[in-house]
Amino acid sequence: MAMNSELSPPTQNSALIVIHALVKAYGFIPVLRKLDLSIERGEFVALLGANGSGKSTLLRLLSGLSQPTAGTITVGGWEMPREADAVRAQIGLVSHKPLLYENLTARENLAFFARLYNLSRADADARTKQLLERVGLIKRRDDAVRTFSRGMQQRLSIARALLHDPAILLLDEPYTGLDVDAAAMLDQILTENQREGRTIIMAVHDIERAASLASRVVMIARGVVGYDAPSSALDVAGLAEKYSQVGVGQSTGVITAS
Amino acid sequence: MKTPFFAATMAIARKDLRAEIRSRELISTMLMFALLSILIFSFALELDRVARAEAVSGVLWVTVVFASILGLNRSLVMEREGGTMDAMLLAPISRDAIFFGKLVGSLAFTLVVGLLLLPLMTILYNLPLVTLNLLLVLLLGTLGFATIGTLLAAMTAQTRARESLLPIVMLPVALPVILSSVRATNAILMTTPGNDWFAWAQILIVVDVVYLVLCFLLFQYVVED
Repeated sequence: MAMNSELSPPTQNSALIVIHALVKAYGFIPVLRKLDLSIERGEFVALLGANGSGKSTLLRLLSGLSQPTAGTITVGGWEMPREADAVRAQIGLVSHKPLLYENLTARENLAFFARLYNLSRADADARTKQLLERVGLIKRRDDAVRTFSRGMQQRLSIARALLHDPAILLLDEPYTGLDVDAAAMLDQILTENQREGRTIIMAVHDIERAASLASRVVMIARGVVGYDAPSSALDVAGLAEKYSQVGVGQSTGVITAS
Repeated sequence: MKTPFFAATMAIARKDLRAEIRSRELISTMLMFALLSILIFSFALELDRVARAEAVSGVLWVTVVFASILGLNRSLVMEREGGTMDAMLLAPISRDAIFFGKLVGSLAFTLVVGLLLLPLMTILYNLPLVTLNLLLVLLLGTLGFATIGTLLAAMTAQTRARESLLPIVMLPVALPVILSSVRATNAILMTTPGNDWFAWAQILIVVDVVYLVLCFLLFQYVVED
């Protein structure tokens, strides 16, 4: 799978994603409080944090679906959401919801999104076939999505997110509701995508999975980065301990692995 | 690079029509409501010919308006609940293409209901409702209503009271369309001198244009967080 590489930064900054003093509040309730983070091209970042810590909000902001209250986000040098049009074609999002039309078939869903991403008919057909084979749904391509199990819908959702060959893949708790086989397939797809050089940011609750798949672990607590280190810096037990410290501790400063 | 506006609009409209042909969720609800309404009105209003001609325009538009609200509500709520509105917003397409795509679908469903109502009401109320003039008024009225309805349904679909809020918000805002449509229909059916249906149709055209421009400008602010 050749990755789309049209995300050409207008600046010389080496980081693909740069987040500075990011604030997001819903009414008077702040979710993110001056969060700083930068992510290099090709990194696989696992976002850990308790429910309501701001992981999903951060992913919505990165995808341009939500507007920051204050602070800046640049993706490939483009400022979000002001210049989101330049970035949208380079982002794929897998949410805990499948984001699919239940009354359309698997193939019709992918054909619809291929049109929205301006893929030619030939490219759309080729990518649809390739991805349906990859997620194990080629035999069910002409069945309505409403007849699919939760795991099958999530697999199709991954195909939808990869259809336009994005440089950045955002995943918001993609393992929700998946059985063991479907979760293993998702593990494999993510590993392959990382090997191909795709930048992956995944919000997840499973510390073991984060440690085994990601190249970097970022913990968000009370709207700021509470821990940020390569996944190899600590073993699963160490990460779990750190998670407890960061999640319930008093400090909101960054705790480094060292 | 953005997907061309027309291609995105047509893709969204085709998707809505295809999903509806497959499921018939919206159109069956709208049609059932419309049929029951005109039947109840026909039993309730046992009128002479003149009184019937005066009342039938109101019956027609009340039925079309509420059937349309049912369809609009469901269409946008499904996009929100399934997260597919987010999936469309993620794509490199103009927000206006989403608006016009959804509008084409809503307009088509409401027109189907309206077009089926005309011959049925012709039989039930014994009035000549299938005329070119009335078809034009139906098209203009439905266009105005679907335009403002698509914008407001996108807005109310994000709220908790989404099912009940749309009619409360929509009926006052759509009053110029409803009023002009009823008056134009009435003028066509009452063949007395001085009843200028075309003047009302012209007002409808102006209202439609104003709504189209306003909704076109406002839609992106309604759908984005």
